[in-house]
Amino acid sequence: MEPKTKVHAEDGKQEVVITRDFDLPIELLFKAYEEPEFVAQWMGTRVLKLESKKHGGYQFETSNPKGEVAFQASGVIHEFIPNQKITRTFEMEGTPFGVQLEFYEFEPLTDGTSRLNMRVIYETVAQRDQVLRLPFAQGINMAHNRLEEVVGKEMKEVKE
Amino acid sequence: MNLRRDVFQAIADPTRRAILLLVASQGMTAGAIAANFNTARPTVSKHLQILTECELLQQEQNGREMYYSLNPDKIKEIADFIEPFRKFWDDRFNKLEDIMKKHKTK
Repeated sequence: MEPKTKVHAEDGKQEVVITRDFDLPIELLFKAYEEPEFVAQWMGTRVLKLESKKHGGYQFETSNPKGEVAFQASGVIHEFIPNQKITRTFEMEGTPFGVQLEFYEFEPLTDGTSRLNMRVIYETVAQRDQVLRLPFAQGINMAHNRLEEVVGKEMKEVKE
Repeated sequence: MNLRRDVFQAIADPTRRAILLLVASQGMTAGAIAANFNTARPTVSKHLQILTECELLQQEQNGREMYYSLNPDKIKEIADFIEPFRKFWDDRFNKLEDIMKKHKTK
């Protein structure tokens, strides 16, 4: 089966294109981006601000289980056409990834299905490549941490 | 902690990418690889060392000669690096779909 979410990242380019077909009518898909309560649910973040209109801005914040702020992102909205298009900037605070420009195009397929075309443009190719590798690096780090946990425990047991 | 070199750092260098392409079809000795470059032999040796440390190249002794060839498993790891990114978005979008479907039936 073909994956539902497709990612295109051409070598040496500053952009990433993500395409996904949803089993949702276009109005519902758009609502997931328009209304703070839904954004909070599917992105798993607190929505401090979301003004879904031209010249509007947004601010997200996520805390780790210890209650410390782990993720902060914000941006401004340049274009907001219901059920069609959103153009906005996005910046993850405290990271070297810079500001990215995002184009979201919403396209109805049938009465009950719709497509999202998401194009993200980064300031440099290097920044884009870093973002692409983030989940890859995290995956490897997580494996390392788990290994350390296991090995750490065994070492403790030996000591005791 | 991270002493070992990153494979992405390894392939960021054009000479090292050229070396990988050279040995893609057959194993080659350090001398044969170096003959393809204007760079000084020790520089090529350094590149070979980095690529070997990252396990992108594997060494095989054949008589007196050491042959370098591609390690296909590690190459696949690079080719698949985008997969976790895709998976990340796929998981998120699956969640979006579930949440909005529930909302519809409410």
